[in-house]
Amino acid sequence: MPRRIVIGIQGVGHRVIDSVWRLGYAARFFTLTLLKSGASIRRFSLIIRELYFTGVLTMVIILVSGLFVGMVLGLQGYETLQKYGAETAVGTLVALSLVRELGPVVAALLFASRAGSAITAEIGLMKATEQLEAMGMMAVDPVARVVAPRFWAGVISMPLLAAMFSTMGVFGGYLVAVVLIGVDEGSFWSQMQSMVDFRFDIVNGIIKTCVFGVAITAIAVFEGYDAQPTAEGVSGATTRTVVTSALVILGLDFVLTAFMFRGVG
Amino acid sequence: MTTKALVEIKDLNFSYDERAILKGINMTMPRGKVIAIMGSSGCGKTTLLRLIGGAVTPSSGHVKVDSQVVHELSRNELFLLRRKMSMLFQFGALFTDLSVFDNVAFQMREHTNLPESVIRDLVLMKLHSVGLRGAHNLMPAELSGGMARRIALARSIALDPMLIMFDEPFAGLDPISLSVIGNLIRRLTEALGMTSILVTHDVHESLKIVDYVYFISEGVITAHGTPAEVRESASPFVHQFVHSEVNGPVPFHYPAETYATDLNLESSVA
Ligand SMILES: Nc1ncnc2c1ncn2[C@@H]1O[C@H](COP(=O)(O)OP(=O)(O)OP(=O)(O)O)[C@@H](O)[C@H]1O
Ligand SMILES: [Mg+2]
Repeated sequence: MPRRIVIGIQGVGHRVIDSVWRLGYAARFFTLTLLKSGASIRRFSLIIRELYFTGVLTMVIILVSGLFVGMVLGLQGYETLQKYGAETAVGTLVALSLVRELGPVVAALLFASRAGSAITAEIGLMKATEQLEAMGMMAVDPVARVVAPRFWAGVISMPLLAAMFSTMGVFGGYLVAVVLIGVDEGSFWSQMQSMVDFRFDIVNGIIKTCVFGVAITAIAVFEGYDAQPTAEGVSGATTRTVVTSALVILGLDFVLTAFMFRGVG
Repeated sequence: MTTKALVEIKDLNFSYDERAILKGINMTMPRGKVIAIMGSSGCGKTTLLRLIGGAVTPSSGHVKVDSQVVHELSRNELFLLRRKMSMLFQFGALFTDLSVFDNVAFQMREHTNLPESVIRDLVLMKLHSVGLRGAHNLMPAELSGGMARRIALARSIALDPMLIMFDEPFAGLDPISLSVIGNLIRRLTEALGMTSILVTHDVHESLKIVDYVYFISEGVITAHGTPAEVRESASPFVHQFVHSEVNGPVPFHYPAETYATDLNLESSVA
């Protein structure tokens, strides 16, 4: 019996040490990626290519989801607000929810599952098929040539995608509230315009998306680069990217919101 | 030109984790020669190439390439050295997101400032030499295994390196492409004055084109010599290898418990 307890404690210890070690390794890798980004920023065509894969190919899911989320917000908002005779505030409700929370968070979750997983799988497969080692043997640093462009492409696309998500969402809310239900169009837009503050709401939303973009892409490239070079290894790494990103997004969102919107209202 | 050997390996030991893979290897590879390394599967040939390329660090001993001790170089020095050498990976390792043309052009674009028109001509020449000029528009996924290997060969000679390491260049090739590639390796070595290290199982093809052969078994060099010496060799190991015999000193099995123990026969008997 005591022996089993000892083994149990050892197991816990091992796991803790492993995770701390891996976290340190990830931090080192992140720093290395930043340090070696010079070349890919100078050769911007490398980043543009990746922007297509991470950004453009993620656009469809972002636009469609944004539209539906906005439509649902419009419906639900109208249902509740009309009880208080405040249905013209539905525009404000839709815009604020999207710009402050839903836009950054939902877009980031979608981005992690579409683009993040693709980045991990691609880098992991390149590792499994010895492409990264071959590149190293050709005196080309894989971190500079493969990892850095993908990282920056992700960091650039994320805020743009989130902006598209929110825009589509506002349009969806407009469709439902104004076109379908018949809320007064003038007050829908004018209330929204006067209630949404640029500095306070929009800039904070943009800051969130930038933070999420860095976090997701950093996780994705690290998991890919660190994957076991086998089929199972790559699929495990892809899953970890999505799961870790989702948790990190939600955790960071709470922290950021606490800092940004504390004590206001 | 210096007469000093291009690659010198001295008392090289290497182990993955606990398991010793290479034990006290000594080799010299003179410039301008084709040297073959043979040995049974899993005996550490690829590992030896990775040691020469500086991808892994020896436990003791050293590898000198062009008079530099590989594992003592800084990262930048190592990358400078690697520009002059090249490795053909066992499974090709073509970049799957680039076309055949861009794969061959990769190093030219990364390491030189050649104009695109010159790169185009060079790439087509390299592809022509492996007989696949017509395939330059394909993606790696559209190639057969043998074609991929020939493209990888074209890519490895892209910058006319001084040393090329070929890991199993013949595996998966039909007899015609096999001797074409064999002759190509020989011709390139002579024409470009480069040195080639050829890891292979194909005894007959390689004995035709190489200058010197090393046999590795269980981490040590068991025999070496020129092709003529090897053909005449009385060593049972070499004899077994050259004549592909099943019984002999070359172990077929990965080290393990005795067969009886693994199948739990001993305990039931006891
Ligand atoms: N990354 C690794 N970690 C641990 N052990 C490894 C690793 N790579 C190879 N090995 C072990 O090292 C030994 C030598 O491997 P190596 O790839 O050098 O063999 P090889 O001679 O090239 O074989 P083959 O002819 O089949 O390609 C093998 O027994 C293998 O189990
Ligand atoms: Mg091998």
